[in-house]
Amino acid sequence: MFDSRIAATLRRALLRAIPTVLGIVILNFLLLQLVPGDAADVLAGESGAATAETMAMMRSHFGLDLPLGQQLLNYLNHLAHFSLGYSPRFNMPVMELIWSRLPNTLLLMAGALGLALVLGIGCGLVMATWAHRWPDRILGVLSLLLYSTPGFWIGLMAVVLFSVHLGWLPSDGSTTIGANLSGWDAVRDRLAHALLPTLALASVFMAIYARLTRAAMLEAQTQDYVRTAVAKGLHPARVQLRHVLRNALLPVTTVAGVHLGNLLGGAVVIETVFSWPGLGRLALEAVQGRDYAVSLGVLLLSSFMVIFANLLIDLLHAWLDPRIKA
Amino acid sequence: MLIPTRFSITSLLRHCAAFVLLCMAAHAGASPVTGGTLNFVVTPEPPALVNLATSAVPVLKVSAKVTEGLLAYDLKLQPVPQLATAWSISPDGKRYTFTLRRGVKWHDGAPFTSADVAYSLELLRQVHPRGKSTFAKLVAVRTPTPHQVVLELSSPAPYLIMAFAASESPIVPRHVYENTDPLSNPNNTAPIGTGPFKFVKWVRGSHIEYVRNPDYWDKPRPYVDKIVVRLIPDAAGRAIAFENGSVDLGGDTPVPLGDLARLKGNPRLAIETAGYQFSAGPSRLEFNLDHPLLGKLAVRQAIAHALRRDIIKNAVFYGYAEPIYGPIVPGSPFYTAVASPYPFDLERANALLDGAGLPCRAGGIRFKLTLDPLPIGEPPARAASYVKSALARIGIAVTIRSQDLPAYLKRVYTDRQFDVVLNGISNLFDPGVGMQRLYWSQGFRKGVPFTNASHFANAEVDRLFEQAAIETDRAKRLAAFARIEQIVGQQLPDINLVAPRQMTLYNRRVHGHSATANGLDGNFADLYLAPAP
Repeated sequence: MFDSRIAATLRRALLRAIPTVLGIVILNFLLLQLVPGDAADVLAGESGAATAETMAMMRSHFGLDLPLGQQLLNYLNHLAHFSLGYSPRFNMPVMELIWSRLPNTLLLMAGALGLALVLGIGCGLVMATWAHRWPDRILGVLSLLLYSTPGFWIGLMAVVLFSVHLGWLPSDGSTTIGANLSGWDAVRDRLAHALLPTLALASVFMAIYARLTRAAMLEAQTQDYVRTAVAKGLHPARVQLRHVLRNALLPVTTVAGVHLGNLLGGAVVIETVFSWPGLGRLALEAVQGRDYAVSLGVLLLSSFMVIFANLLIDLLHAWLDPRIKA
Repeated sequence: MLIPTRFSITSLLRHCAAFVLLCMAAHAGASPVTGGTLNFVVTPEPPALVNLATSAVPVLKVSAKVTEGLLAYDLKLQPVPQLATAWSISPDGKRYTFTLRRGVKWHDGAPFTSADVAYSLELLRQVHPRGKSTFAKLVAVRTPTPHQVVLELSSPAPYLIMAFAASESPIVPRHVYENTDPLSNPNNTAPIGTGPFKFVKWVRGSHIEYVRNPDYWDKPRPYVDKIVVRLIPDAAGRAIAFENGSVDLGGDTPVPLGDLARLKGNPRLAIETAGYQFSAGPSRLEFNLDHPLLGKLAVRQAIAHALRRDIIKNAVFYGYAEPIYGPIVPGSPFYTAVASPYPFDLERANALLDGAGLPCRAGGIRFKLTLDPLPIGEPPARAASYVKSALARIGIAVTIRSQDLPAYLKRVYTDRQFDVVLNGISNLFDPGVGMQRLYWSQGFRKGVPFTNASHFANAEVDRLFEQAAIETDRAKRLAAFARIEQIVGQQLPDINLVAPRQMTLYNRRVHGHSATANGLDGNFADLYLAPAP
């Protein structure tokens, strides 16, 4: 029964994904054309010099002198062959470029989302259980503070404290360059580098989940089935976790799914502050460099990620709430 | 005297001896130490690792470590040997002969010969952003022997002897580029050169690694075992990296100007201002002369009268700039101190605008202008804020418009949808290249960035530029450029405001980083790291 529900959810999501992705590709392609300037302008601008001949040569090299429809067809043709094209700016295949950055961003996003969910739901649980008493008040003020402080500022301040003054954690990069570490040392090095950016990225979301969990739990506590559970003589902790929290998780997971897209946006800033070689920064640099192949590649991948996240949330809902049918 | 006759061995030795003495004096007797890793911050990430088809600033910072040039230039801008050991220019200025260094090998083991030089010059002419103009007079490159190259010119090109630095005209391996598309050749991102360092790897978005070339022709150089080029996109992040010691060296003022005072107080860090002779240039306000109001000289004069350069120097550049009135910056051998005929004088400015038939209307506003600051670094936007407030005092309401670099370039050079821009532009290695593109009437080229954006055209200026381009007498060239500066200073197609002082920030353990005129764009063969105390 459960398996067939999951299979149906999967099938439906995949069917919906195909036209969505195609629409995204064409829309992104057209939107990027509206941005003034092209890759040849950027390269000439950075060089601080150019001649009309070198500009024409670069445009023809990048295929920018072709008619728009031809450029789109070429791109779709590449996609049909499972290629994302070639980056004029980075001088390498886009696929290779994205694969080299993806693990870093996934680590950051998964770490941040996981941390935000665990700590946020934990705080929300505490706040709802002791509503209107001192644990709730203190955590409430803290979460408001986190919610209203930009992540990059928290990141910068954490760098000033932990890497400049205390010297405990590195300030930039994803690994110690040229250290050639292996085994446990390599893992520890990576975690040390990931800790500050993950915390900075997670901060706002942590606050959101805490407040959301608290509100959803307080609402659930007034429901009839909770009164029944209490009347049955169940242990308060069991009521709180199994009856209240489980139902309160539905809105939290829905919002978290939506946030997966936001996380990529937030990652642009955090990756810049911490020189984290991830996808967000790549996307920013690609747009600034008018590298349409890379921009389209990153956007396409992001749309896959959002579709995948939604699918995951659908499955999670199906598991959390047996009433949700395929 | 710009035409050195053949470099004799004795003059060469004298030159070297003087250079060694200079280095020794600079390091107070400390002798170079071998070993260590240099952490060198470069920003933004370079689009390529060889400055063949691009001359972007970050590319220049990395390219010369691997790919060398025929010549280098000492801090007094005198040519010194690199891949060429001797050179001469014929008395008519139309033939350059270079004798190449023997026994030099490419990093893949192939021998370096005159064929590589001839091929590289041809390639530069095709694909380098400035190649076509730099080598415009070049008609033929002959290679009589594997160690001799002869350049034949159609007419004298007095600036050309300054164009053979690795950061301007890199010499690339012919056997790697031959019969390939030079723009997508893998060598552009994984270079093979003759230089003191070999390329190891480039982790995009993170770092670039180079190791010492043990077979370098100039033994015992290089001294450093490894160079790690760190790509740190955030300016505040770079300041922190200097403070916690994870970065040793960075050029082009790598940290926010506001942080510099704090970093100067750090006993481990120091600042160097030498090594920017090729890249220095003025910060300037450039007018669109096709604009109905800005086309009037009186309006431009009024604007010139309303600006105070000392405020720009102190408030925008934190004092790290020098006020200038002409397009050539102090430090250039062609610099002449010209005074502006338009000193700060608000009454005069207002009178000029009244006289031009532009009276104050409601709210004290005469007319409106938009100002587009060049979106590279923070100073142009800050200077634009000052200009806005200064012009408000003479009744010109300025709107500052922000956009990213490609949008700016398209607006100014292709669409020409602008009133006034605030930018900085390099003098390059010679005013005939760096300045001519801005004021020569034929420098007005739609769609080509960093050309004559004002649409300035003056018959006398054109004639002087054309004369200076083939004049071999240095004094006469200097006079021609000085006259151009005078005319430009009066006609005001732009207002040159200050010459920003570029700075290299370094950890005191790093020595010999700015050995040549191109500073950190040099090959770092002389650079060494003092052992930890």
